[in-house]
Amino acid sequence: MSDLTQLTLSEVRAKLADKTLTALDVTEAALARIQATEPTVQALLSVQAEEARARAKALDAQGPDAAKPLWGVPLVVKDVLCTKDAPTTCGSKILENFRPVYDATAVARLKDAGAIILAKANMDEFAMGSTTENSAYFATKNPWDTSRVPGGSSGGSGATVAACQCFGALGTDTGGSIRLPASFCGIVGLKPTYGRVSRFGMVAYGSSLDQIGPMTRTVEDAARLLQVIAGHDERDSTSVNTPVPDYVAGLAQSNDLKGLTIGLPEEYWDKGLSSEVAEACAAAIKQAEALGAKTVPVRLKLSEYAIATYYIIAVAEASSNLARFDGVRYGHRDHDAQSLIEMYVKSRTQGFGEEVQRRIILGTYVLSSGYYDAYYRKAAQVRRLIRQDFEAALTQCDVIMGPVCPTTAFKVGEMTADPLQMYLMDIFTISTNLAGLPGMSLPVGLGRDSGMPVGLQLTGRAFDEARLLQVAGVLERNVPATGLPSL
Amino acid sequence: MKISPEEVAKVARLARLDLSPEKIDQYAGQLDGILGYMDKLSELDTSSVEPMYSPVDHVSVMRDDVVRKDYAREDILKNAPETDGSFFIVPRIV
Repeated sequence: MSDLTQLTLSEVRAKLADKTLTALDVTEAALARIQATEPTVQALLSVQAEEARARAKALDAQGPDAAKPLWGVPLVVKDVLCTKDAPTTCGSKILENFRPVYDATAVARLKDAGAIILAKANMDEFAMGSTTENSAYFATKNPWDTSRVPGGSSGGSGATVAACQCFGALGTDTGGSIRLPASFCGIVGLKPTYGRVSRFGMVAYGSSLDQIGPMTRTVEDAARLLQVIAGHDERDSTSVNTPVPDYVAGLAQSNDLKGLTIGLPEEYWDKGLSSEVAEACAAAIKQAEALGAKTVPVRLKLSEYAIATYYIIAVAEASSNLARFDGVRYGHRDHDAQSLIEMYVKSRTQGFGEEVQRRIILGTYVLSSGYYDAYYRKAAQVRRLIRQDFEAALTQCDVIMGPVCPTTAFKVGEMTADPLQMYLMDIFTISTNLAGLPGMSLPVGLGRDSGMPVGLQLTGRAFDEARLLQVAGVLERNVPATGLPSL
Repeated sequence: MKISPEEVAKVARLARLDLSPEKIDQYAGQLDGILGYMDKLSELDTSSVEPMYSPVDHVSVMRDDVVRKDYAREDILKNAPETDGSFFIVPRIV
């Protein structure tokens, strides 16, 4: 492997700034790495090689710009984020030929910061899935072991970062879709507080749950990406107008965890954890204690209701959001249909994959007359109770910690038969989205049995990403290094 | 039985999806299991709980009523499956 592609985002950024490397050097190295590893990993739905080269040359012609914090850095974005004139398929056949006429705000902010968008990352169709096997195009493989899944739905983003095809990526997280692939691929993933990052130009799945966030090889890299994409956007009325702190400066502030109180929910530590996940996460907590943190038991009593609550709300919102795919303005159309209704029905039936259709039907059902109160309204009430649970726990501690997932990455094909079984893998991550809180996955070593990465989950108070990053930054330097997969 | 094949067929029609009889039976079985699992929520008394539909309070944002042209017509029509250059074309309605 070429050393250049193994640099962290922060390292490559410094070498670009002092002209040790040119934007074109870095872009060519990343493209060569993509060419070498992509046949095995299959993380990317499209590669914008020529556009990236042209952009790198244009940047080099102007020279490094200190006002642009990601100047010359090649990145990848999940294919659910609109990229002007570049394919944006959402992993679905229904958007196979779609070329957005605008950039998502998060993408526009990366570009304004000087970043080079290299490619669009594979994903479960419309972000519905936990393995990236639900992509309508192909399944992404885990770079650590290609017989295993990378997690999902941002599995392409997780795999491309772990495989060193780029220096960082954007993912999206509706119920764990950043944190799970980050955990399975041994990288850092941060789902910001709901409202921290504009969702404008992100093709919606569950609008009250979705957030865009960074997926990177280090905590500092995640801080740098979040710094650029965070902040109010007048085009998303749910993006909150609250100040964005200096995340990178915050990282340098401490070398220990003195004064920090960590909450350990018994609901997350007792339930059916694989022994290797329990062991690696417990070792990280022990390390946190050695660094001066205090741990306290907390309760999240409603955890057992979270999956039912989540899947009612997510599918209800999905069925409404996906109604826009009607074959009229963009996307697949059946050209033989004789009537408008027939055109809608045939275009949607041909364009959507099985899991998407299943969730649309379930969502339509829970919103339909006679069932709305029993399912959707009920779930929204339980959602408030779940948030209150978290708020109460977070008065007793600063950060909640637990595993991201009960197991390390599972084998390809293991979870495809029974949809409910796959929904249950999200048990530790979905509550964070229901409550709207920030959550992070930090690699804390390799599992003793599988040799696969284990992720520790950190959940914080609303808009307290700075503390999550700071705590994760200290832990990162003190837990066993996960390293990079040998590809 | 939470959901019958007939109900799945009805909901699919509402959602503008066309399912084969085999798919309807398969989905009915799977959705029945999922809805059965979701019934767990009825264990909780939520009679006095205000529903939470979003983590943030939605405030209607007012902007000055100024004309702004963000996109050209030809750009917006670029992705249309069928267009006459000015409009989106759909199968005849009336």
